[in-house]
Amino acid sequence: MDHKLIMSFEEKCIQEQPPACNATCPVHVDVRGMVAAIAAERFTEAFNIYCKSVPFPGIIGRICDHPCQSACKRGEAGDAIAIAALEKAVVQQVEVARPKLTPASPKSQRVAVVGGGLSGLTAAHDLAKKGYQVTLLETGSQLAGRIRERFSTELPEQVINDDLAVIEQLGITVQLNTGVGKDISFTSLCEDYDAVYLTALPGQQPGELTIDPLTLATEIKGVFAGGSLRLGNTSPIGSVADGRKAAISIDRYLQGVSLTAAREQEGPFQTRLFTSLVGVEPLPVVPMGQDRSFYSKEEAKREAARCLQCQCLECVKVCPYLEHFKGYPKKYVRQINHNLKMIKGRHEANILINSCSLCGLCQEACPEGLHLGELCGMARQEMVKKGKMPPSAHDFPLRDMAFSNGPSCTLTRHQPGHTVSNYLFFPGCQLSATAPEHVVRVYDYLTEKLPGGVGLMLRCCGAPAEWSGRRELFMAELQQIKDQWEEMGKPCLVLACSTCQQIFQQYLPEAKLVSLWELYDLHGLPQVAAAKRPTLVAVHDACTARHRGEVQEKVRKILLALGCRLEELPTSGNKTECCGYGGLMQYANRPLADEVAKRRIKQSPADYVAYCAICQENFTAKGKRTYHLLDLIYGEADPTTPAKRRVGYSQRRENRVKLKNKLLKEVWREKIVPQENDYTAIKLLISPSVQELMEERLILVEDIQKVIAYAERTGKKLFNHDSGHYLAYHRPVSVTYWVEYLPEGDGYRIFNTYSHRMEIPGGDE
Amino acid sequence: MSQEKVLECLKCGVKLAMGNVEVTYLNNKFPIQLPKCPKCGLVFIPEELATGKMLEVEKALEDK
Ligand code: SF4
Ligand code: SF4
Ligand code: SF4
Ligand SMILES: [Zn+2]
Repeated sequence: MDHKLIMSFEEKCIQEQPPACNATCPVHVDVRGMVAAIAAERFTEAFNIYCKSVPFPGIIGRICDHPCQSACKRGEAGDAIAIAALEKAVVQQVEVARPKLTPASPKSQRVAVVGGGLSGLTAAHDLAKKGYQVTLLETGSQLAGRIRERFSTELPEQVINDDLAVIEQLGITVQLNTGVGKDISFTSLCEDYDAVYLTALPGQQPGELTIDPLTLATEIKGVFAGGSLRLGNTSPIGSVADGRKAAISIDRYLQGVSLTAAREQEGPFQTRLFTSLVGVEPLPVVPMGQDRSFYSKEEAKREAARCLQCQCLECVKVCPYLEHFKGYPKKYVRQINHNLKMIKGRHEANILINSCSLCGLCQEACPEGLHLGELCGMARQEMVKKGKMPPSAHDFPLRDMAFSNGPSCTLTRHQPGHTVSNYLFFPGCQLSATAPEHVVRVYDYLTEKLPGGVGLMLRCCGAPAEWSGRRELFMAELQQIKDQWEEMGKPCLVLACSTCQQIFQQYLPEAKLVSLWELYDLHGLPQVAAAKRPTLVAVHDACTARHRGEVQEKVRKILLALGCRLEELPTSGNKTECCGYGGLMQYANRPLADEVAKRRIKQSPADYVAYCAICQENFTAKGKRTYHLLDLIYGEADPTTPAKRRVGYSQRRENRVKLKNKLLKEVWREKIVPQENDYTAIKLLISPSVQELMEERLILVEDIQKVIAYAERTGKKLFNHDSGHYLAYHRPVSVTYWVEYLPEGDGYRIFNTYSHRMEIPGGDE
Repeated sequence: MSQEKVLECLKCGVKLAMGNVEVTYLNNKFPIQLPKCPKCGLVFIPEELATGKMLEVEKALEDK
């Protein structure tokens, strides 16, 4: 896949952007991590996190002017986190040895740092750590002189000396009472050293210095300037940041690499991280105990617990699939990319790519509009193209589609007595499968209400091919539909399924589309005698109807007209959730799809109404009483009888065949010769528990019939003397089916069935 | 697995006995010991094997 395209997905996800506190801190202390450690009473860890960014923790921890705090997100719900006070608590309360500093392998280059304030000290510290030979020149008689004066109450002598011990430890040469321009000339400084950092102006000025704010370089080669010379001395943390910036520049300068490349995020910057405050209770800052200007450990812990631990994860909060893989889109995009590029080795992201329901909810939730489903869809296409798609993932739904679009199910006709069609009813393969009687009624209704001929087309729109990444197969299916539609005079398509509608909208944009629900609204609902309907229902919008506001609205209007009270699920409309079928999730990752469906049906105790046959079937399979909108329209939603059972895979196939034959016979008065295969006549006796097993294992009645037909014809079967049952296997497709059975009456009783994809050599012709 | 003792190939009228079978998937061959008809080669793959270990191996191969 195109690298730029992948990158555009990866860049959209802002989850890895730093929180506001971190981004605003001039030296980017990992405030979130530090505060989390405090909240968990891990003060030593908090201290170590702090030390990673701050060179003199004892000093800075007590006097930092904390610009981070005004940026803190918590400030929008109560008070901002008292970050400075927490840092102070950490440096005061932790008695651990400073992390031992070992300079990198010594370098020969020499750097002079002029001025022993925070900025100079930081630059000297950072450069010495990198292995440079650093000399620190200070006019006064001690280091950090001004800080000592200015913060005499906050900073005990001991704290300063402890912090500055690191200067000696790093082998920095300190020359006190040394004024540049007085004791040593600026020119000789420039000659003796490979680079110079000025934080105070030399006594004998080298003329006006202009300082580049990005790099702190001056017009004199190898001379950098910053700190109070540039900033005044208002912000201690600003001085530290300047020293750090100078050190980075000097290191780059001495290594001969670009001074300017990729430095945008060095100082404070605006983070792109989005953190929702929805549901966040406003909380005031934790006060300090009586007469104290610092937190006790206990207080610090409570204050730290107020931190929101800012992160985005808006999409992960709403999508169980994204949650399931324990990451977030930015990570997933990288994993998907790796999976596509890798030639040898385990393609561990296959399951990630194939589990997404492609439903687009993430895009609705994401502040940046990232649609991971789009990427998963493209990744599937690429896997198919390269022959890297796991065969089992979509095998079953593709065979089901082939069946729906095979000769026993497809039908395309003008309305009897018409040679053209103004409209074409396309019920979709799933409604035809779960509720063929509704298809008959709807066709009846449409031919009565709509003028100019209403044709009928029975088949699948091709969504399984599209979802599974079989682009060519899908295009071939689409072409057939297109050809027939053109032949019929390009009628307006009447759609009962939002997936068909989504597919045609995208791939047959030249066709006029109308949803069945809009037509019911327009032409009036059929009058039904003795209609049974529930009083309260919760509407489940299909994920493929997410962007069909007008359809969602019509569905609700119809329900109200039918006398139902409506309940809205917590997420509906454009935020609706997938039932677990979308993107063929159900076949690629059954446990996850089960979880998704269960989560959805728990959202309300009310009976659900779906206007997608599969949503209904999926929820019904999990024991949730769910009606199809047509059940309500035709008065067959009886809340007082036990919930409908799911129709099941085998029955769904049979229903499609029967529907075609029924319509041919009753509407077009055509004689049909059912083309019976030898096996279809085999009668099976299957208990409900074995039926359940068949649903779970995706084994069809016809698969079992084929095994028995084969075994009985060839005699190839086993006899189990323990159970007294026959056992036979056969591989009619890319799956080997096993059936445990016995003849009974004029049929066969089925005791068990299972399957595998491995081939057994020779055993099967 | 004593299962082979009670399993009989109805075509040949003999009890199954453990034997070498080479099952294949995605161009990979796996030698495996399975109850097998000594005459015609009909085999028995138990349910636990098909839905357990065998399924695992299938998945692993598909991801290779
Ligand atoms: S709430 Fe916590 S993570 Fe968020 S900005 Fe404030 S301190 Fe940082
Ligand atoms: S498309 Fe749907 S299932 Fe896939 S990641 Fe987005 S929200 Fe989750
Ligand atoms: S919503 Fe999800 S995809 Fe979007 S930025 Fe946040 S974590 Fe990333
Ligand atoms: Zn045999």
